[in-house]
Amino acid sequence: MPFFPSVLHEPPTPVDGLAIEVADLTVMYDERPVLWDVDWQVPAGVRMAVVGPNGAGKTTLLRSILGLVRPVTGSITVFGRPPAEARRWIAYVPQRTAVDWDFPATVLDVVMMGRYGHLGWVRRPGAQDRERAMEALAQVGMADLAHRQIGQLSAGQQQRVFVARALAQDAWLYLMDEPFAGVDAITEQAIVEVLRGLKAAGRTVIVVHHDLQTVPLYFEWVTLLNVRCVACGPVATTFTADSLRQTYGERAIVAL
Amino acid sequence: MGFAFWLDPTFRLVAVGSALIGAVGGVLGTFALLRRQSLLGDAMSHAALPGIVLAFLLVGSRDLPLLLAGASLSAWLGALLVVLITHRSRIRPDAALGLILSVFFGFGIVLLTVAQRQPTAAQAGLERFLFGQAAMMLQRDVEGIALATVLILVVVLLLWKEFKALAFDPAFAAAIGLPVMALDVLLTTLIVLAIALGLQAVGVVLMSAVLVAPAAAARQWTHRLERMVILAGGFGALSGVLGTLLSGWIGLPTGPMIALCASGIALFSLLFAPRRGLVWAVQLPRGKRDAGPSG
Repeated sequence: MPFFPSVLHEPPTPVDGLAIEVADLTVMYDERPVLWDVDWQVPAGVRMAVVGPNGAGKTTLLRSILGLVRPVTGSITVFGRPPAEARRWIAYVPQRTAVDWDFPATVLDVVMMGRYGHLGWVRRPGAQDRERAMEALAQVGMADLAHRQIGQLSAGQQQRVFVARALAQDAWLYLMDEPFAGVDAITEQAIVEVLRGLKAAGRTVIVVHHDLQTVPLYFEWVTLLNVRCVACGPVATTFTADSLRQTYGERAIVAL
Repeated sequence: MGFAFWLDPTFRLVAVGSALIGAVGGVLGTFALLRRQSLLGDAMSHAALPGIVLAFLLVGSRDLPLLLAGASLSAWLGALLVVLITHRSRIRPDAALGLILSVFFGFGIVLLTVAQRQPTAAQAGLERFLFGQAAMMLQRDVEGIALATVLILVVVLLLWKEFKALAFDPAFAAAIGLPVMALDVLLTTLIVLAIALGLQAVGVVLMSAVLVAPAAAARQWTHRLERMVILAGGFGALSGVLGTLLSGWIGLPTGPMIALCASGIALFSLLFAPRRGLVWAVQLPRGKRDAGPSG
């Protein structure tokens, strides 16, 4: 019995070509709106950056797509299904700082967790899962550190472990929360390579991003979010000084 | 002093019971420790006291399963209230834990005083649930403890990867579709069960030492969850046996003796465990301190 109710291994090909469709989404924390009336569409197969100031609701948007927060209003579909039925196809990379890295586990232990969703209840990961986890580690350049205790990793290495865990999930939609925050150049390059590989494989990737300068380099689509969805579209037409000013206020101009 | 006590069937029975209690406490305490919920165990074990005495006052019998059912219920209620207070008010988790611990324990002491004023002799021995008296354990009690131990260990074994994911990264666990809330409730229930098992031998006051100390000690010696759980179970069992032994020699309640043994092991581990031990930290340059055996 899998954790998720869906029996399909691959998501259905969406008729309208959308991986995610969000309509009228409003999420509140204690009377305070975190997301307000967000309409958002993500075409399948793109690399999308989500940018916006602190408290703009970027993490909440990701968690809504995962079905982990209860919206006040609005509808969300992922590959045409409600979030709870689409989890099978989604891989999630939480913020690195969300966990205690002194947890007694090796790098491989953590990456193996990416296989748990495929296993369902009670079953233990087997040789095949191990192989897939090692492959994922190789993809982020950490195969030689598989048996390292996670407390000994640098920030960048920790981030790559999380990305490898997501890769081991073999998903169709990847949600990454600030994977480039506070990492070294090698890690940044490794993650960029991963994004390129996922794009080539036709997967959809949504990345909460903070570095405005690299948006045009790493992504072809961008969403500007500040509680409301200010703009969403191809970087070439959407990532303009005007829309940035609407999102961040005047200081965005300095940032560019 | 000879080793004749090993031949005494009563001692062996009590030692086996205490060892099982320590083992279960160590195993479940590992998850509590890693999830930063050690204090919840403390609050829950103190919150068990009013349940024990109320069960006695309401039914008027000192039947052990009945008392332990009362203990479990009130420990559970305590845990539930901590969660509710934390979510529904501005009171911080640490304050909520302190509040529940002292209110429940205080109420338990009041009830105990009331029970002791009763004219019958039936209430005699209730106060032993404060600090534990392993000698109270009968053959069928130890059989019950053994059965519950097997049950708890089987559940932990079956849901190993689910509990592991929950303890390391609850957000990720929820994202892959694990019912995080239900697993949390199940784990808490297992801890309540472990506390109920230990009340006779260890008592409500020091039961948390059996949950926390073996797990804290085990963390010092290994970097794998698998080994940490086994080590913690072993340390817990050792504390149980040693504590019972010391208690028999010195003539003190078992609870404090078991807690002392568990804390002794934890202290030794904190100081002298390879790499993580504080003693080595003085000599090794910073940064190497957290490094440890790679397996």
